[in-house]
Amino acid sequence: MDRTQLLIGLAAALFCLGLVGVIVRRHVLVMLMCMELMLNGVNLSLVTFAQQSGTTVGAVVVFLVFVVATIEIALAIPIVLLLVRAKRTLDLGAYNDLKG
Amino acid sequence: MIEKLLSNLDTLLLLSCAFGALGCAALMLVLRQPMRVAMALISSMLFLAGIYGLLGVHFVAAFQVLIYVGAVMVFMVYVIMLLEVREHSGPLYSRLLLPGIAGLAVLLVALIAGIWRPLPSAAHGTGASGYGIAAFSVAFLDEYWLLFELTSVLLVAAVVAALAVIRVGRAHAGGRAHG
Repeated sequence: MDRTQLLIGLAAALFCLGLVGVIVRRHVLVMLMCMELMLNGVNLSLVTFAQQSGTTVGAVVVFLVFVVATIEIALAIPIVLLLVRAKRTLDLGAYNDLKG
Repeated sequence: MIEKLLSNLDTLLLLSCAFGALGCAALMLVLRQPMRVAMALISSMLFLAGIYGLLGVHFVAAFQVLIYVGAVMVFMVYVIMLLEVREHSGPLYSRLLLPGIAGLAVLLVALIAGIWRPLPSAAHGTGASGYGIAAFSVAFLDEYWLLFELTSVLLVAAVVAALAVIRVGRAHAGGRAHG
C-alpha cells in the first residue's frame, strides 16, 4: 500500500465515519459536526487525487468546499437555534413533525 | 540509524497524523458531551492539516486551520456554550445503530477493495512545488475566476438567507408574545 492508497483509504474511512454519525447520533449539533467530518474526508481525497494527477484543480475545488462548508454552518446554526427555541430540546426525535 | 530514521520521518509523521485523525473521528461517535465531540473534531481537523502540510500543500493546511478550526468550529463551540448543552439526557444512538454500523462495514470494505488495486502513477507529477500558493493563485484567478466571483455571490446569498431565518424567528417570538 503506497502513500496515495493510504490517504484515499483514510479519506474513505473519515467519510464513512461521518456518514454513520449522521445516521446513528440523535443530537442535532453532533450530526452537523459529523457532516463536517464527511466534508473533511472529501477534501482529503480531492487533495490526494490532485497531487497524484499533478494539477491544481483539486485545490480549487477544496477551496470551494471550504466556502460551502462555511455557508452550510452559517445557515444550519440559526435553523437549529430556532428549532431549539421552539422544541426546547436538541434531540432529533422531537423534530418528527418536520416530516410534513 | 539516525539517518534511516530521518529518511522515514515523513512517512512516520504521516502515519501518526493519519491514525490521529482516524482515532479522533471514531471518538466522535462514542463521546456523549457535544463539547467533547467538538474537541475531537477540532483535533481531527488539526491532524488533517498536518497531513496537508506533509504533502506540501501548505496553503490548504492554512485554510484548514483558519477556516475550519478558526471559523466553523469556533462558531460551533459558541453555539454549544450559548445553548448550555452539557449532557444529552436521552439515548445516545438512534434505532438505526445496527443497520448504520453494518452499512459502514459494507461501505468501508467496498471502498477499500476499490482502492486496493495499484492506482495509475502520476502522468506529470509536480511534487510539492506545483501546489505553492503562487501556482494556485494564478490558476484560480486566471482559469477559475468565474467560480471565484460566484463564490462571493454565494456568500452574499448565505448572509441574506441567515438574516431571513433570524427575522422569521423574531417574528414568531413577537407573535407569541402578543398572542
